[in-house]
Amino acid sequence: MASILLKLKAKVERPLDAYVISPDVFAGKSLEEIKNLEMWQGNKKVKLGELFDVSGEVGQKADDVSITMEGDLSKARRIGKQMMSGKIFVDGNAGLYVGDGMKGGEIHVKGNADSWLGFEMKGGMIEVEGDARDFVGAGYRGSKNGMSGGTITIKGRAGSEVGCFMKDGIIRVNGDIGLHTGIHMQGGTILVFGDADGRMGSQMTGGKVIVAGKVPDILPSFLIDDVKPNVKVGADKIAGPFYSFTGDMMEGGNGKVFVAVQKNEHLKKKEAYIL
Amino acid sequence: MELLIKNGVVYDPKNGIDGEVMDVAIRDKKVVDRVDESKAYVIDASNKLIMPGGVDLHSHIAGPKCNIGRMLRPEDHYKDVEPRTQVKRSGVGYSVPSSFTIGYRYAILGYTTVFEPANPPLKMLHCHHEFRDIPILDKGCFVMFGNNWFVMEYLRDNKLDECAAYVAWTLDATKGYAIKIVDPGCVEAWKWGDVEFLDILWGRPEEIDEPVPRFGVTSREIVRGLCKVNKLLNLPHPIHVHANGLGTPGNYQTTIDTMDCVKDLAEEDRPAIHMTHVQFNGYAGSDWITIRSGAHEIMKYVNANKHVTIDLGQVIFTDTTTMTGDGPFEYKLHLLTKNKWTNADVESEEGAGLVPIHYKKSNFVHATMWTIGLELALLAKDPWRIFMTTDHPNGGPFTHYPRAITWLMSKEARKRTLDKISKRARSRSDLDNMDREYSFYEIAIATRAANARILGLKDKGHLGVGADADVAIYDINPREVDQSRDYKKVRKALSKAAFTIKEGEIVVKDGDIVKSIEGRTYWVKPNLPSDLMNAITSDLTKKFRDYYTVEMENFKIHDRFVTRSTPMPTYYG
Ligand SMILES: [Zn+2]
Repeated sequence: MASILLKLKAKVERPLDAYVISPDVFAGKSLEEIKNLEMWQGNKKVKLGELFDVSGEVGQKADDVSITMEGDLSKARRIGKQMMSGKIFVDGNAGLYVGDGMKGGEIHVKGNADSWLGFEMKGGMIEVEGDARDFVGAGYRGSKNGMSGGTITIKGRAGSEVGCFMKDGIIRVNGDIGLHTGIHMQGGTILVFGDADGRMGSQMTGGKVIVAGKVPDILPSFLIDDVKPNVKVGADKIAGPFYSFTGDMMEGGNGKVFVAVQKNEHLKKKEAYIL
Repeated sequence: MELLIKNGVVYDPKNGIDGEVMDVAIRDKKVVDRVDESKAYVIDASNKLIMPGGVDLHSHIAGPKCNIGRMLRPEDHYKDVEPRTQVKRSGVGYSVPSSFTIGYRYAILGYTTVFEPANPPLKMLHCHHEFRDIPILDKGCFVMFGNNWFVMEYLRDNKLDECAAYVAWTLDATKGYAIKIVDPGCVEAWKWGDVEFLDILWGRPEEIDEPVPRFGVTSREIVRGLCKVNKLLNLPHPIHVHANGLGTPGNYQTTIDTMDCVKDLAEEDRPAIHMTHVQFNGYAGSDWITIRSGAHEIMKYVNANKHVTIDLGQVIFTDTTTMTGDGPFEYKLHLLTKNKWTNADVESEEGAGLVPIHYKKSNFVHATMWTIGLELALLAKDPWRIFMTTDHPNGGPFTHYPRAITWLMSKEARKRTLDKISKRARSRSDLDNMDREYSFYEIAIATRAANARILGLKDKGHLGVGADADVAIYDINPREVDQSRDYKKVRKALSKAAFTIKEGEIVVKDGDIVKSIEGRTYWVKPNLPSDLMNAITSDLTKKFRDYYTVEMENFKIHDRFVTRSTPMPTYYG
């Protein structure tokens, strides 16, 4: 795989719309052409070469392109927008909208990612070593079309409203998670190994939210239906036992929230309502 | 400035010009007999199609509904963004674009006149504010009267003259253009939560003789009453009616009943009623499983009765926003689609609702709706009484007009789409057997000439001497192109006018805006006998005091809020 290195020359102060940084755009271009790609910074157009030192070689096809980015990119947005194949490595932090509408390929972020990571993603894989903020895999403002395929893995913690309007695919969070995990969710799976801030699955109509850590409570519009020894996520089985809830009843929903029994003794009283 | 458009292939149906190669001369915003070629700016239009500027009589472009649509749908904005240029403002929005963007996009299609079809009297000020921000186009707005307390009470009490005086006063006070009637009586019932009454109508859409609770007047009486008022006031446009039972299987009969209920009021050769977005009111069958086209039944009636005109409300397969004064319908649509919904209640006047929708080819109902619109157009015997609309944005954004036009012009274009739609919808439709293809001449009628005529705009929709110098020039030779086979070429040419000329100024060149100018606002100014006006003054004062949140004096819209105010006087009796 041909690898190309984009090294940030100086700290980026103003927001940079970096949607051109994608294997599909780079494929088949010379280094010179890549340096001349235009993007918006604030209200001005800049050339990629003005901000980055560009070196390495470029593959002819997108699936043969691997892009590595060095420097603090927390002001760079939309890295890997709509990408179909190939790989992107971000060596530090990444900004908003990483993998916006991504359809295939891989994105690895070594630091933290800002909000809207993988929003409206349709396929492919995103991995973040650090934390991610709010609206991971969500539908964008007003849209009912959240993430519909692919996987997102966050090794740190994630913020609120993760998986908002999500339809399919898997989001896996190793650390803790904020409020309203899986709000408006319609399908797919969110798996959290840490603790949740609560209100999981508010207004969900389908899909699964699994919390292996502690939760403060379950929304009153969820009904307990069972205690399950384990839960299936794709081919894996996550060992339980888990309380299983169905909701959100306010929406006539058929979503599932699973919460680890061991970490949540305060939910034991709900067992009395299992039919 | 003088302008000479040379050697274009001209379609000007009002003057009987069917694809003749000729010149069009323009001086001082008007079409003239000739200009001095050595002094005029000359456009070489050889091998190009020339038509009068497009005229759209039903497109939701301004007023609170549009703004609610913008607020309800941020996702409609960010998928369609237009940057600023030297002459254009920036804008966003696919199905409900920013006001400025609406003006630009219509002009790029070669349209120069567009009427907003539905604002309640109280919201007309908002509408005029938005009109100010829609450049290039000449505009006007229809005012909704079909669920208005004054109207319903006067009609119930058989006070036709008073009703006419009220309508005249309101049109003058709000600078409106015509009488719009939306789901007569039912929106009022909906606002009171009269579910039982609505159940009757929704269950039996043929019912237009059910008295509206609390008002005791029926839909039929409202339509007839306002039709008589329209005649008394000599308004330039007939009553513009969105019939009861919209979007309900079986409603085609309601549409026919509504058209028929004013038949005896019609004068010879003058349409008495315009039925709008008939596709949405043209369903046979009894539920969403058995739904089928009612186009044959409706067109049988329309073809045989000259007092009726209709527009299509053609569906386009895309994501769009439905918005109508028909609040109860939008509630039904919300239940059906589970999409987000907004409802509005305008005190003693009207209501409204909005729901986003995505028309899909694979969806049996959506595909059936698509076939109905085209069937209506293809079954029409008189192209002067049927107008091409998508009821923007209800059937789809107006930017898709070229697509709708090529469906009318090319059997091949229809077949390509038929191949992709729901098989059940296709097998139940007659569209496969319809060979008719609209000619360029007929398209010029259905998108310009006939629209201008029914709106009563004598200087629009044609290129005769004295007409407004609104001209669209498209980069296609209609005498050479095979419109059936090369429909994509036609579509492309119609999508980006080579030139759009508005009042003698070149506003579009090569499919982009080169100049932005202000358009006119048309409104009617009915002149009433003073004794008639006096007869309702105490009524008006009392009702405003009792029911309105605004003072009567503040309700009137001052001329200074009306962009290039263009009143059209009419006379009573
Ligand atoms: Zn409409």
